[in-house]
Amino acid sequence: MKIVRKFFDNLKPKVAKGSKFYWLHSTVEAFDSFAFVPKTTAKSGAHLRDAIDMKRAMSVVIVAVIPALLFGMYNVGYEHYLSHGQSMAEVGFWQTFWYGFLKVLPLIVVSYVVGLGIEFAFAQKRGHEVNEGYLVTGMLIPLICPPDVPLWQLALAVAFAVIIGKEIFGGTGMNFLNPALVARAFLFFSYPSQMSGDTVWIADKADAISGATALGEMMTGGVQPHYSILDMFLGFIPGCVGETSVVAILIGAAILLVTGIASWRIMLSVFVGGAAMGLTFNLLGSSTNAYMQLPFYYHFLMGGFMFGAVFMATDPVTSSQTNKGKYIYGLLIGIMAVLIRVVNPAYPEGMMLAILLLNVFAPLIDYFVVDSNIKKRAKRWKLVDGGHKDIN
Amino acid sequence: MNKQNKEPWFSAKNLKLIKNPLSKENPITVQVLGICSTLAVTAKMQPAIVMALGVTVVVAMSNLLCSLLRNTIPSRIRIIVQLVIVSLLVIIVDQILKAFVYEISKQLSVFVSLIVTNCIVMGRIEAFALSNKPVPSFIDGIGNGLGYGIILLVVSFIRELFGSGTLWGYNVVPQWLYEHGYSNNSLMIMPPMALIVVGLIVWAHRSRNKELCE
Repeated sequence: MKIVRKFFDNLKPKVAKGSKFYWLHSTVEAFDSFAFVPKTTAKSGAHLRDAIDMKRAMSVVIVAVIPALLFGMYNVGYEHYLSHGQSMAEVGFWQTFWYGFLKVLPLIVVSYVVGLGIEFAFAQKRGHEVNEGYLVTGMLIPLICPPDVPLWQLALAVAFAVIIGKEIFGGTGMNFLNPALVARAFLFFSYPSQMSGDTVWIADKADAISGATALGEMMTGGVQPHYSILDMFLGFIPGCVGETSVVAILIGAAILLVTGIASWRIMLSVFVGGAAMGLTFNLLGSSTNAYMQLPFYYHFLMGGFMFGAVFMATDPVTSSQTNKGKYIYGLLIGIMAVLIRVVNPAYPEGMMLAILLLNVFAPLIDYFVVDSNIKKRAKRWKLVDGGHKDIN
Repeated sequence: MNKQNKEPWFSAKNLKLIKNPLSKENPITVQVLGICSTLAVTAKMQPAIVMALGVTVVVAMSNLLCSLLRNTIPSRIRIIVQLVIVSLLVIIVDQILKAFVYEISKQLSVFVSLIVTNCIVMGRIEAFALSNKPVPSFIDGIGNGLGYGIILLVVSFIRELFGSGTLWGYNVVPQWLYEHGYSNNSLMIMPPMALIVVGLIVWAHRSRNKELCE
């Protein structure tokens, strides 16, 4: 560690103001505070809410997504060999994993290189530190993409997400939409034929076997996806890199909840909302839409519901800030996600759209929660004081 | 009309009326008028240009007519009078488009008749024509129409190039690019992307002209 510290200390004067490499100073700064806890800490202001600094919080999230990432890599290989008619026993664990690793690694590299490049450029231009938000975003983006998304499309989406989703609002902490979901939404609407449907999900798929996702099957009029519940729970189904395994995501959720990084209120209410809507559809029933009869827990197992609920909806920047608001926010995400899945035939996956929609509404929810609280207190105060009129 | 000062058509003051809306007082990026039609008609260049011409004609003529009538219109009912004038002009434009460029007018569909509600038209009448002489009003209308047109041109250029791979209806993205995995961006054809492109133009515009920043 001392060598690293010394390295940064030696580097500092070289990029000081006025020197030749000044244009690199925010880059050095960024790596320095990535390696060490910065000496200066925030002493005041609205962003001061915890003892650990933002970079540590982000690192915990990274740790939490690792199970989903590793499993995702394995599953990419697994689906690939499966579609070529080779079983696990023939190929072996490591080769399967290695194949998936080689498929997913470029996605991560592209995501980080493009995203951090833009982030560093903006930090330099605006003269502030590099924000650490992209550490997590850059990891989440490959996880919510199909494994064979073309790299140039991914690069475009990342650039779009970082610039339009984040930097124009002032960078990390000022964005009102989750940047990772902005990237996915960009891909989804820009290249729909390559993002959804049954032709894309398995890397290098052999023609003989169709690789429809569970959601895709439901959209085309299935009564239940043909994957077993156990497979869907463990994650041996086609889908985006990180979204398939409920187990891996639950491990991540546990890490986030134990460390207190993510809000349990949001997670819980997303599931409650989704279940409530699923049950409502079961009760309503429909002769034309078989989807409505699907047991509600299938919604948690299919597609990105789980991943969205754990890693996307709980984003501290774009979710509601008040406790009561968090319940409303989560509930509405769950309800909207299932509603979009079942009722709207154009969008097989509703989670992304539901979270983005509620991201937009989160400040409004907070506003009403705070407002009602103010009114309540004002009323109480009035009762005690006997009617001062001029309180707001 | 009082005839005391005869300004030449292209005096410095009148030229300014044309130049300012192109950049410093652009109806779209600075006055933020007429956004609706900007989002709706800019997916392809041809309809965008035709639309821009239509709006230019309507703004210029309605400015001229309202300016001529400005001392006779009772101010309490002026909006309704302006609407009648504008609708008359829009119907004429609509008929001309249907007669000569039928295909494009079909693409523009309802947005031609919606020029009536284009904020630029009413905005310029209220803000300029009612308090200025006919000639400057006419020139102001031309200027604002062109200012609107130039943004439409830029936005539709970007959207057609990346959204459909064509320009003015001709293929410009070479076939080998498609064969190497390039594909058109269908988000570009959707109106939300037009809003984002306009936003980016506003961004670029304001970082060049610092005095425009609020």
